[in-house]
Amino acid sequence: MVDEATKLSLAKIPLLKTKAGPRDGELWISRLKEEYQALIKYVQNNKEADNDWFRLESNKEGTRWFGKCWYIHELLKYEFDVEFDIPVTYPTTSPEIALPELDGKTAKMYRGGKICLTDHFKPLWARNVPKFGIAHAMALGLGPWLAVEIPDLIQRGVVTHQEKKDSGAAS
Amino acid sequence: MASPTVAELQQTIEKLREELKNEKQKIEEIKGTTKRTRITQMSSEVVDSNPYSRLMALKRMGIVDDYEKIRDFSIAVVGVGGVGSVTAEMLTRCGIGKLLLFDYDKVELANMNRLFYQPHQAGLSKVEAAEKTLREINPDVEFEVYNYNITTMDNFNHFMDRIRLGGKVKDTPVDLVLSCVDNFEARMAINTACNELGQSWFESGVSENAVSGHIQFVIPGDTSCFACAPPLVVATQTDEKTLKREGVCAASLPTTMAVVAGFLVQNVLKYLLHFGQVSYYLGYNALQDFFPTMRMKPNPHCDDTHCLRQQRLFQEREAAKPKQEFTEETEEEVVHDENEWKIELVSETTEDEAKAAEGDKPQLTEGVTVAYTKPAAQAEDSTDFVNATEMSIDDLMSQMKQL
Repeated sequence: MVDEATKLSLAKIPLLKTKAGPRDGELWISRLKEEYQALIKYVQNNKEADNDWFRLESNKEGTRWFGKCWYIHELLKYEFDVEFDIPVTYPTTSPEIALPELDGKTAKMYRGGKICLTDHFKPLWARNVPKFGIAHAMALGLGPWLAVEIPDLIQRGVVTHQEKKDSGAAS
Repeated sequence: MASPTVAELQQTIEKLREELKNEKQKIEEIKGTTKRTRITQMSSEVVDSNPYSRLMALKRMGIVDDYEKIRDFSIAVVGVGGVGSVTAEMLTRCGIGKLLLFDYDKVELANMNRLFYQPHQAGLSKVEAAEKTLREINPDVEFEVYNYNITTMDNFNHFMDRIRLGGKVKDTPVDLVLSCVDNFEARMAINTACNELGQSWFESGVSENAVSGHIQFVIPGDTSCFACAPPLVVATQTDEKTLKREGVCAASLPTTMAVVAGFLVQNVLKYLLHFGQVSYYLGYNALQDFFPTMRMKPNPHCDDTHCLRQQRLFQEREAAKPKQEFTEETEEEVVHDENEWKIELVSETTEDEAKAAEGDKPQLTEGVTVAYTKPAAQAEDSTDFVNATEMSIDDLMSQMKQL
């Protein structure tokens, strides 16, 4: 289920054109450019809406992505490392976003800290191949997951607030 | 209570040392007597010590012509969980020539409701634990094990190479790939690899509620590949809300998994050793004990370009085969000579209209109907898409970093 706020922010993310995965040579370069463009636009949108919540970067080939995401709960900021690989069958299959440090702390995760998305996300993704990209996966997958899971994890005492150096990103 | 003296403690240590020595010796003895040595030639001799006597008896029963041939085959098992581990064990016990095992998971206590793995193996990688057990069961089998995720770029290329070159004879392809994985991404990766290589493979699966399963035999170009029929929710645009279920942990039963593994290996044996009929699709509904079978043709509009290429190649091979003569039996049409009242049946829609509304329909086997026809492609508003850019990847990467 996608709430209205997610729908609205989703509509503002540009769609992608090139159907290509990391094994498709030049076409992948085009796709990767589109991915970055969509991501940059999404982060800019988030900043404008005062809802900045993640940063991502990739290796040179664009096959491995890593960064940080954060969630504000009762005025405290909780930050987590994010990572995922682009599967060879991308974009037919979506990336499997992982938060390794939460591995084993919630049932809503697969091995290695991959967040569980199956219920709503995968059908939605599959219907929108190749228009959806990493930005959409973040907006539709990780965003709602954090919103549901993090408050629960905090309440259960599994995740506690740590004073981290302000990365300057959460201005 | 008085604490024991040093002398007493020394005595205890000495006693324990002795006990340990005895236990160690016992283990060595068991190992020495029960460890089975390699056998160079499969024998039909009926003696208690021959591990192959019951299998070789298949020849005398008239089921298999040449059972020894099983040693020439090499099989890749992708995923050695609930289904894959049992599959690998069955093949090992059957004396298969070579097994290649792929999995990146570790053995966990949560796996103990299924067969094969034992609690003391918790923490080991599944392929490592499986290889050790299987070697002890049958040292005649050759093993290659890979503890990695096949869907990532680096591993996928290596995975393809092992399918292409992992046969019993060096640098020949494996004879079959068996998919025993538990997710869509890995199945699609196997499908991609096998379509590219023209490699025959079996898909297998058990539903998340543990009460149904299936196996499917994919011969690229000849039968439906895994991408030929997209999941129903995708194709029918079903509201994903209908899929909602509480919790995310999949259920599993050792029974369903073993049944599916049994079906899988049974069909592998039939295919390799040429006996009986191989099922192209075999379903298992445990609640009703219903086992539907069918053969699915490939989808001429499949999303996978290599599937389409394999379909063309298959058509060419079929066309090159000598034609079989068919004598068609035509039933004579019933014509009524009289129609006194000039009664006619008139359709409200013309045939053309009906066809246009239905769209392309695949050819299906008897008793099977399409659940949907593909919705017409919708025109997209181009303003919703990313614009063409002059910037290079590096520029974009640094722009992203500066945000």
